Amino acid sequence: MAARAPGANADRPDVPALKVGAGATAITATTHLDRTLAIVFVIAALALPFILDALGAGYYLSLASRIVIYAIAATSLNLVLGYAGLVSFGHAAFVGLGAYATGILVSEGVVGSGWHLLATVAVTGLAALTIGAISLRTRGVYFIMITLAFAQMLFYLANSVKGYGGDEGLNIKARSVLGFGAFAIDLKNPLALWYVAVAVLGASLLALARFGPSRLGRAVLVLRDDDVRAEALGFPTYRLKLLVFVVAGVLGGVAGALSVNLQGYVSPNVLHWTQSGTLMVMVILGGVATVWGGLVGAATLLLLQEVLAAYTEHWEFWTGWVLLAVVLFARQGLVGLLGSARRSVAERR
Amino acid sequence: MACSFALFAVSAHAADKVKIGFVSTLSGPSSALGVDIRDGFLLGVKLNGGKLGGLPAEVLVSDDQFKPDVAKQLFEKNIKRDKVDFMTGVVFSNIMLAALPEAYDNNVIYISTNAAPSSIAGKDCNPLFFAVSWPNDAYHEAAGQYANTRNLKSVYLVAPNYQAGKDSLAGFKRTFKGQIIGENYTKLGQLDYAAELAEIRAAKPQAVYIFLPGGMGINFIKQYVGGGVGKDTALLLPAFSADQDVINAVGAPMAGLFNTAHWAPDFTNPANQKFMAEFEKEYKRVPTLYASQGYDAAQLVNAAVRDVKGKIEDRQAVRRALKMAHFDSVRGPFKFNVNQYPVQNYYVRTIGSDGKGGLINKSFSEPILKNHGDAYAQDCKMKD
Amino acid sequence: MSGVLLIEQALNGLQFGLMLFLLAAGLTLVFGVMDMINLAHGSLYMVGAFLAAWLVGLTGSFVLSVLGAVALTGMFGMALEAGLLRTLYARDHLSQVLATFALILILNDGVKMVFGTDLPLSAPAALAGPVELFPGFQYPAYRLLILGVGLALAVALYLLVQKTRMGALVRAGASNRPMATAMGVNIRALFTLVFGIGAALCAVAGALLGPLLAVQVGMGENILILAFVVIVIGGIGSIRGALVGSILVGCIDTLGRTGLQQVFREFLPPQWASAAGPAIASVAVYVFMAAVLAFRPQGLFPARS
Repeated sequence: MAARAPGANADRPDVPALKVGAGATAITATTHLDRTLAIVFVIAALALPFILDALGAGYYLSLASRIVIYAIAATSLNLVLGYAGLVSFGHAAFVGLGAYATGILVSEGVVGSGWHLLATVAVTGLAALTIGAISLRTRGVYFIMITLAFAQMLFYLANSVKGYGGDEGLNIKARSVLGFGAFAIDLKNPLALWYVAVAVLGASLLALARFGPSRLGRAVLVLRDDDVRAEALGFPTYRLKLLVFVVAGVLGGVAGALSVNLQGYVSPNVLHWTQSGTLMVMVILGGVATVWGGLVGAATLLLLQEVLAAYTEHWEFWTGWVLLAVVLFARQGLVGLLGSARRSVAERR
Repeated sequence: MACSFALFAVSAHAADKVKIGFVSTLSGPSSALGVDIRDGFLLGVKLNGGKLGGLPAEVLVSDDQFKPDVAKQLFEKNIKRDKVDFMTGVVFSNIMLAALPEAYDNNVIYISTNAAPSSIAGKDCNPLFFAVSWPNDAYHEAAGQYANTRNLKSVYLVAPNYQAGKDSLAGFKRTFKGQIIGENYTKLGQLDYAAELAEIRAAKPQAVYIFLPGGMGINFIKQYVGGGVGKDTALLLPAFSADQDVINAVGAPMAGLFNTAHWAPDFTNPANQKFMAEFEKEYKRVPTLYASQGYDAAQLVNAAVRDVKGKIEDRQAVRRALKMAHFDSVRGPFKFNVNQYPVQNYYVRTIGSDGKGGLINKSFSEPILKNHGDAYAQDCKMKD
Repeated sequence: MSGVLLIEQALNGLQFGLMLFLLAAGLTLVFGVMDMINLAHGSLYMVGAFLAAWLVGLTGSFVLSVLGAVALTGMFGMALEAGLLRTLYARDHLSQVLATFALILILNDGVKMVFGTDLPLSAPAALAGPVELFPGFQYPAYRLLILGVGLALAVALYLLVQKTRMGALVRAGASNRPMATAMGVNIRALFTLVFGIGAALCAVAGALLGPLLAVQVGMGENILILAFVVIVIGGIGSIRGALVGSILVGCIDTLGRTGLQQVFREFLPPQWASAAGPAIASVAVYVFMAAVLAFRPQGLFPARS
């Protein structure tokens, strides 16, 4: 990987170059770790509801669903932040747009999931295209600030529309319904929601795993580390970045649509910058530019919160220290930590 | 998908105790309200020997941190994991409205110790919802009526921009016969009122009427006094901005201000005298109207559980028992309307000396509104 | 809008802008000189407010408490820099984001553990009333104090940065760090000092705004993001830019929210007008930032040569 700080530009030396973890390498080949995690994932996805029920812990299925939905959002951010090196501080905007698009349709009586999907993709796709087209003309810290600015604008807009709740939020009574007639699956059923969510997550992870080693994926990785070289090699850098940005935005929107189905409620807080920050923390915690980073990060953060909260009301305090420890001692995130642990075990044999 | 999962049915356990989920705002600038409701409720349980209706009571208290999504999760936890029999405690309308569906979806009764918005008082009334406090509009209807008796001609209105805020100003306008020269909705939780006070000063009303509960009201009144707006303008308040929590925080400028409420500390009925004595003994402070609501909620549940002889699994029977409201409220006469909101009297109070160097609310004996329900009950088609 | 109303709102906007400047000044120096994204800057503001409220409870004197809070927060800031943040300078921005985000969590709960979720803080009794600025116009005395302190600190900072040797070193570090190091400047000590000053400025803002807003856990989060917007508008590393930027943002926000509300009330129901006005004013701030980035990407007063 090039030694020059990514985002640096020979003719714009005054623009502070954005440093995106020179140590983060994309796992471009399927490793032993990947295969193990994949098997665990499939088993957990299918069996978790039954396991929880047997343990009398059925309540925790909604926590598990929340983890999966956050994992989808975090994975989508990982695509744009980790793989493409675009530090978007406004990703929560797309999650929020998906949630509102779906929520508003349900509150107006439209429950067909086909409509919801169409609206989510259209709205978030258009937003990502617009925001991306403008923001990608900037670099470094200015890119961060511009994406943040757009997200904040959407946040305040959501606050201003009193007709759909404004800052009080929007409550919906119904949920998305997949299919028709006898084959209708109502996402009000927690089991149905769980399977749909893990299916979406599974598909996203699979797509990401295929994307990394593909031609497109390698091109994106090159331009993450060195714009100038990428352009010199003839890559259409702007269009590639925009493509990744839009795809990530749409996937984030889908996560939002699922989240409003889980909660039955959406408020402008979903678009707040602290939500974007939380997603970023999940990605960095899990492992930037890794397939499993989003899921590992989301699961770790939310489970930490839940477990610690049972023992102490100061769970935020301890969560902060854990995050700090990861930053200081596990530079490649938890996935990197797992990977190196396996490697050192293997080496010792 | 017809899967019968024990996951998704709330099991009706044999009633050997009563479990109550208490979710309220216990942190932040408006925490005094939630803390008082909790303290009033727990006192009610304690004075019944730790029991409600003869069954040992277990109250699970948690803090919604003034956030609707947190409240939703806490409701879900209490209902699905802890399998409570009743939910109660929420202070703010928007938080309560976001969390209520959890209770409705699982056939759990919610007793409101504070918020009782107009949006669920009429055609959206729900048999699982009981308000032991007052309809949201009520204090403000009383204040509008009082403003008429004071011959006030022009009033400027301020309230936060959420359901209860909307209800409050709608209530005032329903009874007030003069002119409204300004209607300003602030952000819920806003604490800096420089802009609003500047506009009030420019509009020059005869009186200002605000609905700003908790920390919001405290800050507004301090800044109102600090900006010199009060010199030529009367300040009219609902008890939410004039009760003991605000009096303690603002101090001397509160003396002489008039406000409206359903309860005052100086009511002489036996239930209230016991409540006042026990609360001050237990907590070493004067209770607010919020505490009185928490206390009454405990008495209400106590009476209902007693009347169904402990068989709380029969939700229908519990509901009917609750509706009868066979308990002695600290406010005096109390009964439920068809929409399960209270029908009661409302009084004017003024802030005067408590004889010990401090200030306290004193009521006028003649109610300003008698046997008053709400404007929405006729739209409620609840079957019994 | 009548003349008096306009003047009063302009003063309010100026007051808000000056407090924002106190946060932005520290932030722009840290970002400009040390190239570090510090999300925990708002937490220093919160710590300052809590310390002031606690000290008032102990001593009863507002002035002493504010000075004490400023000193303590400054020292806390320096300790934080030397102990932890120093290791982040060499790291990438993402790691800095994660680490300072973790710091927000730790400080939020830490403050809660030591002081509770909120503390009351009142303006000193002497300033609790209004001052007649000219016949027919009264303005709260306390806000005049804030204006005065804000202006005084702005002047002091300007003099410090432009006229003193230390200020010259800071400006050198901001515009060209490798060169400054090569010239033998003790970078480590400079950084610690800059961070400490930034923390102290946050404490002033926190202590002064405490009586108007509320001293509560998490109070720094909203103002932090505005501070970032201000330094981007003003130019990263530039004190002058931070001042101009914060006053502009303060005025757009304050005048915008009331002005727009009045406009909206002409054709929208009052609840909608009251929601839309402030929201669009906030949007306007971000649109302004985007416009500055489009036409003058380095900000209005860039620090770098």
